[in-house]
Amino acid sequence: MKPLLDITADRFRVSRAAYTDPAIYAAEQAAIFSRCWLFVGHESELAQPDAFATRRVGGRPILFLRDSQGAFRCFLNVCPHRGAQITRERSGKSRSFTCFYHGWTFDNAGTLRGMHEPHTYPEGFCQAGLHDLVPVPRFESYRGFHFLNFDPGAMSLRDYLGGACAYIDTIVDQAEGGMRVIGEAQEYSARANWKLLAENSVDIPHVTALHPTYLQLVATNSQGRMKRGEMPGYSLDLGHGHTVVERIATYGRPIAQWIESWGEEARVEIEAIYLRLVDKYGKERADRMAHCARNLLIFPNLVINDIMSVTIRSFQPVGPDGMEISAWALAPAEELGTPALGRRLTNFLEFLGPGGFATPDDVEALESCQRAARVAREAPWNDLSKGLSPGGDDQRGDTMSELPQRAFWRGWQAWLNQPGRAGDAG
Amino acid sequence: MPADASPWPDLPAVAEFLYEEAALLDDWKLPEWHALFAPDGWYLVPNTFGDPYAPVEQSLYIIADDPHHVSERVKRLMKRSAHAEQPRSVTHRLIGNVRILGRDSAEMRVQSSFITHRTSQGVTDSFFGRHEYRLVLLAGALRIREKRTLLRTGSLRPQGRLSLIV
Repeated sequence: MKPLLDITADRFRVSRAAYTDPAIYAAEQAAIFSRCWLFVGHESELAQPDAFATRRVGGRPILFLRDSQGAFRCFLNVCPHRGAQITRERSGKSRSFTCFYHGWTFDNAGTLRGMHEPHTYPEGFCQAGLHDLVPVPRFESYRGFHFLNFDPGAMSLRDYLGGACAYIDTIVDQAEGGMRVIGEAQEYSARANWKLLAENSVDIPHVTALHPTYLQLVATNSQGRMKRGEMPGYSLDLGHGHTVVERIATYGRPIAQWIESWGEEARVEIEAIYLRLVDKYGKERADRMAHCARNLLIFPNLVINDIMSVTIRSFQPVGPDGMEISAWALAPAEELGTPALGRRLTNFLEFLGPGGFATPDDVEALESCQRAARVAREAPWNDLSKGLSPGGDDQRGDTMSELPQRAFWRGWQAWLNQPGRAGDAG
Repeated sequence: MPADASPWPDLPAVAEFLYEEAALLDDWKLPEWHALFAPDGWYLVPNTFGDPYAPVEQSLYIIADDPHHVSERVKRLMKRSAHAEQPRSVTHRLIGNVRILGRDSAEMRVQSSFITHRTSQGVTDSFFGRHEYRLVLLAGALRIREKRTLLRTGSLRPQGRLSLIV
């Protein structure tokens, strides 16, 4: 296989085959989506014991639930008997699950509780514990974000997240009573390789070219706060393919940057939030929380963007040229039932989601890249050299640098090159 | 805004109003489409999951445009820099099952079924579901106080996005 990254002192390029080649897709499934920590869901999606949700994670059907004792658990959504899905519901509440195919029944801790005609099985077959629901190999959480790992020997989630933890903290600590998912996820898609969305989600330089209609909308409510090209801040390589861009926000933030169109009452509320943050965390951290926006990419397929609103975005590849995207809105619990939540959701929809004023243009750009990527033989390279400083270690850059994309690709290459463990499929 | 005292149009006239609305969208005459809205008119597309009537300030919609945002959405879509719709998609809307659900002195509630096909870059997507309208009479003419589009597609996985006004 030809090299997929072309890295010299003053150039960083990615082969367009990396977005289209089925062999690379297969290699990613084994080396990345079977080894990295993958986001499953947020704790607030399962607010009560017995709540469950199903979803696709890393290509596998997953059952994410809280058992009757309230413990979070994560199973492969497949019957140990003949392989039907244990539940086909998207979400709900249940103390037990009965497979609709042959009727095996499990409690929500995964234990087999009943099967049809147990006396017809060979002696010893029905021994306890042999035919329970299969949990995912590893299941851990950080600050309310639940992840799974299909590699039993993986490092801990905390070690995997590494430097990303501090940024998750900066977001979660804005809430007094914890963060909540608001409503349901938006479920959409793009006919594009998943890595294009990873690149796009932490890409600041595209905003002025791709999203002028968003900037013009914001100009109608932020009275010139949005200054083109001025984005003081930085980008960081956080290791393992994780990356972040943080900069001064140029729009209103529910926590805690007031804009005139929100009115006087909101100004008082937001000032109070800001003062609470200063009181709790000191002025420097409070200023960062209130006045800076951050785009955080957790390798491979989780984005937590704390921008004009907070969104969790995860994307599941479905072949080299398609992905399913899920987007959740996250808000502090104390905003529920208050006008602050309305401001947050308006901010969300002004930019984000399949009907937003900006995200559809992103989807179009990614799909355009995918349509054009078939030129890999004749015009082989995408260029990601912006902001590269020859001789530097490329660990920290400005906001208009393509450093976040380089950090992602360096992580991607490291995961692909990591030698397989015994028992790995490929 | 109080509606005036003109009598409400009958079902064929209401249906004609909805066909005309669809034709304006098919023809990309979005400012003319916007003119069918009352000054306090909202355009809503609830999420495909959850309660489609949840308060917009408490639940995540796909589109929840107040009058200002309806106007801004139209402005955006008429610009060449609305990249998701450039080159402009070709769309065709089929409206049927038009029903008047109720009326009082101020408002008429109407619903229709729709199928919207959208072709762009050689790919055709279909959007379908139900439009629910709150209509008012302003100076004797029907105007939209609220258009709530309930997508019945399960999710937006097949279509990817909702870059047009369905």
